[in-house]
Amino acid sequence: MTEYPSGSILAGDIRACARLISALENGDEEAYRSLASLNGKTGHAQIIGVTGPPGSGKSTLTDKMIGVLRARGMRVGVVAVDPSSPFSGGAILGDRLRMQGHATDPGVFIRSLASRGKLGGLSEATHAAVTVLDAAGYDVVIIETVGVGQSEIDIVRVADTVLLISVPGLGDDIQVIKAGIMEIGDVFVVNKSDREGSDRVVREIRAMLETQVMLKRGSSVPAGPDTLASRFEEAAHHRLAPESVTGAGIAHGALRADNTAPDMPPVVKTVAETGEGVEAVVDAVLALHARAVASGELAARRYKSARFRLRDMALKRALKTLADGEGAALTDTLARDIVEGKKDIYGAAGELFAVLSRGGKL
Amino acid sequence: MSDSEEFKKALADWNVKNDKAAAKFPDRKAKFVTGSNAPVERLYSPEDLEGRDYMADLGLPGEYPYTRGVQGSMYRGRLWTMRQYAGFASAEESNARYKYLLAQGQTGLSVAFDLPTQIGYDSDHALAAGEIGKVGVAIDSLADMETLFGGIPLDKVSTSMTINAPAAVLLAMYIAVAEKQGVSAEKLDGTIQNDILKEYVARGTYIFPPAPSMRLITDIFAYCAKEVPNWNTISISGYHIREAGATAVQEVAFTLADGIAYVEAAIKAGLDVDDFAPRLSFFFNAHNDLFEEVAKFRAARRIWSKIMRERFGARNPKSCMLRFHTQTGGSTLTAQQPDNNIVRVAIQALAAVLGGTQSLHTNSRDEALALPSEQSVRIALRTQQIIAYESGAAETPDPLAGSYYVESLTNSIEERALAYLKRIDDLGGAVKAIEQGYVQQEIQDSAYAWQMDVEKNERIVVGLNKFQVAEAAPKGLLRVDPAVGERQVAKLQRLRASRDNGAVAAALAALKTAALGDANLMPPILAAVKTYATLGEICDVLRGVFGEYRPSVMF
Amino acid sequence: MERIIRVLVAKPGLDGHDRGAKVIARALRDAGMEVIYTGLRQTPEQIVQAAVQEDVDVVALSILSGAHNHLFPRVVELLKEAGADDVLVFGGGVIPEDDIPFLKSKGIAEVFGPGTPTQTTVDFIRANLKRK
Repeated sequence: MTEYPSGSILAGDIRACARLISALENGDEEAYRSLASLNGKTGHAQIIGVTGPPGSGKSTLTDKMIGVLRARGMRVGVVAVDPSSPFSGGAILGDRLRMQGHATDPGVFIRSLASRGKLGGLSEATHAAVTVLDAAGYDVVIIETVGVGQSEIDIVRVADTVLLISVPGLGDDIQVIKAGIMEIGDVFVVNKSDREGSDRVVREIRAMLETQVMLKRGSSVPAGPDTLASRFEEAAHHRLAPESVTGAGIAHGALRADNTAPDMPPVVKTVAETGEGVEAVVDAVLALHARAVASGELAARRYKSARFRLRDMALKRALKTLADGEGAALTDTLARDIVEGKKDIYGAAGELFAVLSRGGKL
Repeated sequence: MSDSEEFKKALADWNVKNDKAAAKFPDRKAKFVTGSNAPVERLYSPEDLEGRDYMADLGLPGEYPYTRGVQGSMYRGRLWTMRQYAGFASAEESNARYKYLLAQGQTGLSVAFDLPTQIGYDSDHALAAGEIGKVGVAIDSLADMETLFGGIPLDKVSTSMTINAPAAVLLAMYIAVAEKQGVSAEKLDGTIQNDILKEYVARGTYIFPPAPSMRLITDIFAYCAKEVPNWNTISISGYHIREAGATAVQEVAFTLADGIAYVEAAIKAGLDVDDFAPRLSFFFNAHNDLFEEVAKFRAARRIWSKIMRERFGARNPKSCMLRFHTQTGGSTLTAQQPDNNIVRVAIQALAAVLGGTQSLHTNSRDEALALPSEQSVRIALRTQQIIAYESGAAETPDPLAGSYYVESLTNSIEERALAYLKRIDDLGGAVKAIEQGYVQQEIQDSAYAWQMDVEKNERIVVGLNKFQVAEAAPKGLLRVDPAVGERQVAKLQRLRASRDNGAVAAALAALKTAALGDANLMPPILAAVKTYATLGEICDVLRGVFGEYRPSVMF
Repeated sequence: MERIIRVLVAKPGLDGHDRGAKVIARALRDAGMEVIYTGLRQTPEQIVQAAVQEDVDVVALSILSGAHNHLFPRVVELLKEAGADDVLVFGGGVIPEDDIPFLKSKGIAEVFGPGTPTQTTVDFIRANLKRK
C-alpha cells in the first residue's frame, strides 16, 4: 500500500497531491514510483510558463489570469518558484500572497517551490509538480518564475507556452534583450503599460521579433496591409492610440486565419493591477495552444522538451554517481594511476564509464 | 593665544591623553551608537558647531525655521495636551473610561476604535468575529457614537480619533453628534488621523487603493477648511512606521515624504496651500535614546518648515509649523518585569517634552501584554503630570538648545533624512516609493537588523537580554468580555430593524452617485450617517466604486 | 542531508502589525527553512487551504489584536478536518500568559511572547516537528 495512492491524485485530492509533490521534491523513491503509476493519465493540462524580472508584476498577472480562466470554467494549478538563499539554503516564497483572491477557491491549487540549489533556475521538482497537477485534472497549470540566470531556459523545457513579461522603466534596456531570451517567448506581455515608455517597449520588442523572424526565414518580412509590422507603422504614422494596435488587436492579429505573420509572437499590453489586457493575454495563450495541438506543433515541442529533460536528468544521475561512493573512490584511484603512468586517460575514462552502467541511482 | 586657539590646543591635548588612557583601560563598548546606529563621539564641543549659524539653524521659538518650537512661549504659556489613547469593548464602557480620565485631569480625548471599525466592517461581518471591541471601541453607527460621547460636551473637549481609511465617516458621525448637542461644527476641536499612506506601509488598516483614498483625504481637507475650521484634518504619522522597525531618521524621512504627497495631492485637487496647510498635524514616536529623540523632533520641524516655504511657497507662517502629537514607543516595552516600563515611558515622555510636542500619550506599563488596566493608565497620566509640574522641563522653551551634542544630532538627522527624501523624490514620490516596496523594504531591513543586534547582545534591553529574573505571570490584566461581541451584534440587528430603511437606501444611493463623480464626499456621507446607515454599509458602497487595496509584499 | 522544513507564517484576523511575522520569516529562512508568508487578513479557512496545498510542516500564527482565543483554535480544528493534524502549530504576538493553557488545550503547541529570541523559535521547530 503506497503512501501516495494514484487514485487519490487522479481524484484531485488536494492533500494527496500536495504530499506527493513534497515527496518528489525530497527525492523519495516511493514518490517516483507513484509518479510512474500516473503514466498515461497526464498530458491534458496546458502548461503556461510566466517569467520576467523582479518587479514586473508576474504574480499579479498570474493572479488575474487565474480569475479569467476560472470564469471560463477551467481548473487552474499554479507552481510558483522562488530562489533559495545560496547562504542558508532556505527561502521566502512570496508569490502566493499576491494571489489571495483565490485562497479558498477549490478549483485553484497554488504551490510554492524553492529553487533548491539550482542557481536561479527552476527546481528539479517543478516538472514533477506540474505532472501531479496535470494528473489531478487541472486544465491549466501556470509555472511562475523569476527571470534570472537559467530559469528562462529551463522554463521552455517545461512549459507549452511561455509568457515573457517586460515593464517600462526598469532600466534603460529591456531585460528581455538577453542572449537567446527573445527566442523562447511565445507571448510577450508589456505590463504596467500605463507607465510612460510602454509604447517604446512594445516597439522595441516588435523590432527584435521581426529581426528574429527575418533571420529565421532568411528573407524580409513581407510588407503589406495586414502584418503586425505594418499595422504598427500605420498607427505611428497616423498617431493613433497604441491601444488600437495592441491588446486583443495584436493577439488576434498574430493569429489570423490567413496568417500573414504566423510566426510573429503576439505582444500584449496589460495593466495587471486593474486587469486591463488580461483577457487578451489569455485569449492569445489559449489560441496558440489550440493551434499548436491542431498542427502537431505541441506534440513536437513536448517531444523536444522531454528529450532535453531526459538527457539532462540522465547526465545529472551520471554525475552524481561519479561523485558518490564507488565512483568517487574509483576516480581517485584512476587519477593516481594516470599520474604514476600506469594508465592512460582514455582507458581510465572508459573504466569510470563502466561504473555508470552498473546502475547508479539518483 | 586667542580663546579658540587655546581651546583647539586643549582639545588636541585632551584627545592624546584620552587615547592613551583608552589604550590602558578600554571603553566598555567597541562602538557607541545612537538608536539609529549613528556613531556617538567621545566628546562634543564647540568644534562640532563650527560654521553653523544660530539664526539660520535655530531661530527663535515660534519663528521660522521653528527648530526651537512652534510657539514663542511653548509650555510657559500652556502645557502640552495630556491625551491618553483609550477605547475598548462597547461605547458604554469607553464612555465611562473617558469620563474617568477627564476627571483625573486629562485635557483631551483620544479615541481608539476596534479593528472591524477601522477597516470599515460592521460587527456582524464574517471577518469581525473575535475582533469586536478588542483593540478599541466598536462603532457600527451614529447610535454608538452618541453613546460614546454621551454626557461629554463637544464644545469643551477636543477629541482625537485614530481612524484612517473610513475617517470621513467617523468625522461625519462626530459632527452629527455635536449637532444633536447643539454644538455647531465650526466650534469643534480635534483631529482625525486620516493618514492612509502609512497604513499601506506599517499599520495595515487600509480599505481602498491609493488614488481614491487620496480623494477622500483631500475632500476632507476642503470640507473642513470651510465647515470645521478648527479641526486638524490629518495626523501625518511616523509613530507606526517607527514601531514597524524604522530608525529615528527613517521615521522623520518617511513621515515627511508622506506629508509632501498629501500637500501635492491637495494642491492638485485645487486647494491653495495656505488654506489647508495650517491644519496639517503630525504624530511621532518617542523611543529610549533621549537625545536622539529630542534632536529628531527639532530636525523634523526645521526640515518641514523649509519644505513648506521653499518647495510649496507657503506664505502663512502657520503653514510652515510642524505641530505634532507624540506617543511613547510601544515596541520598547517589555513583557518581562513590566514595572520597568514605567521608567522607560518616563524617559520617552521627557524626550517628547524636551522636543516640544503639542500633545502626548504615555503608554501604560502592561501594554506589552494587553490593553491597560485603570491603575496602569493612571500611573501613565501621572508620569506626564510629574514631568509638567516637578521636573522643570516645561519652564522654558527648547531647554537643550545649544547643547553641542543635541545640535550635532539635530544637524546629522536632518542631513540623513534629506538624503532619504531625495531618494523618494527620485522614485517619483511617496506613493510610487510605496508601490515599489522601497519604504517597506527599508523598514523591514531595520527591523531585522535591530532584532539581530538584540539577539547578539549588541543592544541591551534590561530584563530581556540582561538583568533577567524568573517571574510569575502578571495579574489584573484587562480582559474584554467576549459577550461584548454578541451584545454589539444584537444592538446592530435592533438598529437595522428600527430605522427608516428607505431613507438609508436613498442616502446610500446618493453616496454612490457622488463617489462615481467628482463631488465632495463629506456632505453625502454626513447625510447617510444621519439616517443611521451603518459604517459597513457606507464603506461597502465606496468599496463597490473604488475597489479594495491589494498589498504586494517584498522580502 | 536533512530534509528542508516548510513553514507557513500567517496573520489571522484583521491585525495589521506584521513586523514580527516578517522578522520571524526571515529568521527561519536564514535557518535554512522554506517559508510561505500569507500576508494580512487571513481567515482560518485561507490559512488551512494554504497549509494543505503547500504541505507545510509548521504553521506559525502571529497576532497582536487579542482575537487569538477565537482564531487559533479554529485553525487547528480546520487542519484536523483537512486531515493535516500532523502539522505543528504555534503562535506568537501579544497573548496574555493566562490564555496559554487554553490555547495549548486546543492544540497550539507553544506561544512565544514579545522578546522571544528568534533562535528559540528555530530550535523549538526543529525539536518538535510532528512529521519526520
